[in-house]
Amino acid sequence: MAAGHTIDALGQFELHSVLGPVGASVGFSESTFMMVVSSALTLILLGVGMSAKAVVPGRLQALAEMLYDFVYKMCIEQIGEEGKKFFPFIFTLFMFILLGNLLGLLPFSFTYTSHIAVTFSLAALVIVLVTAVALAIHGWHFFSYFFPAGAPIALSPLIVTVEIISYLSRPVSLSIRLFANMVAGHVMFEVFASFIVMMAGAGVVGYLGGIGPLALNVILMGFELLVACLQAYVFAVLTCIYLHDAVHLH
Amino acid sequence: MSGKKGGSGGSFEERLTTARRKRGLDAPPKKPGQPGGDGPSMMGIGLRVGVELVSALAVAVAIGWGLDSFFHTRPFLLILFVLLGGAAGLLNVWRLLGPKPNKPAK
Repeated sequence: MAAGHTIDALGQFELHSVLGPVGASVGFSESTFMMVVSSALTLILLGVGMSAKAVVPGRLQALAEMLYDFVYKMCIEQIGEEGKKFFPFIFTLFMFILLGNLLGLLPFSFTYTSHIAVTFSLAALVIVLVTAVALAIHGWHFFSYFFPAGAPIALSPLIVTVEIISYLSRPVSLSIRLFANMVAGHVMFEVFASFIVMMAGAGVVGYLGGIGPLALNVILMGFELLVACLQAYVFAVLTCIYLHDAVHLH
Repeated sequence: MSGKKGGSGGSFEERLTTARRKRGLDAPPKKPGQPGGDGPSMMGIGLRVGVELVSALAVAVAIGWGLDSFFHTRPFLLILFVLLGGAAGLLNVWRLLGPKPNKPAK
């Protein structure tokens, strides 16, 4: 990618069709392919992991149980007892983003969460669901959410507008956070990796100099593993918080 | 573990927790109110604040632009909504960092 002396840091996010002419004709891109892979991996993990049904879990079963438990507790803690109803949705969301982030770190893979089209679709789905839940539970009373009790009526045009903008900015900030974290990480990988290639082009001294960026990339990989898990967690926990607001309204 | 017996008095539970804490098996007691546990780093907070401000502004600009082209009042609603968007961004940041009402929300 870093041919010559230019750094093409964003080329890695370009989409190409996979699976030959069949994939090309239906626009089946790397992004779609990785989504299918991550969904399949989730199903395999849960299916195979829980098929043993051992009292003392093996590694796969322990992983599946821990993930289940983790998300389940998060739902209960953040949303309350009603959170059980939303557990399947939160779990699906969490696993989809987590595996997308983690699989994207593998070589020759593709990070579908690095496209704002994907993250914004997820965030829009979340916000539509949250609004629908709030409307279903509270009916018209939901719109009192945009006007805090006790505020002077004269200020209502200002407050309601600001509150609506704040509400609408939720999906935007939710999607930008995930997308920006993923893009930043992968761009840094690319930049440091191309430093290595440039250094190697400079001869023997360069081989030694290339160790620096290589070490940085190794450290960065550890950091990116953290970010991948953390961002999936943040997305899920913010969804829970929004659902809490929708269920309890203030 | 520590070698000397019966160093500190107290029940078995107390000694167990102190021993576990010394070995780093238990996390030290966290400050309450922080959901999730992982204390957000300064960089994380800064990033979140920036995202909140920018996203509110972006939404407000989009609304202002859209209303302007709908009512044919090109710059005025955009200007108004940029100001409102800044206010909404600050509201978001306040919700994020301000005093928590009761639940670990926001």
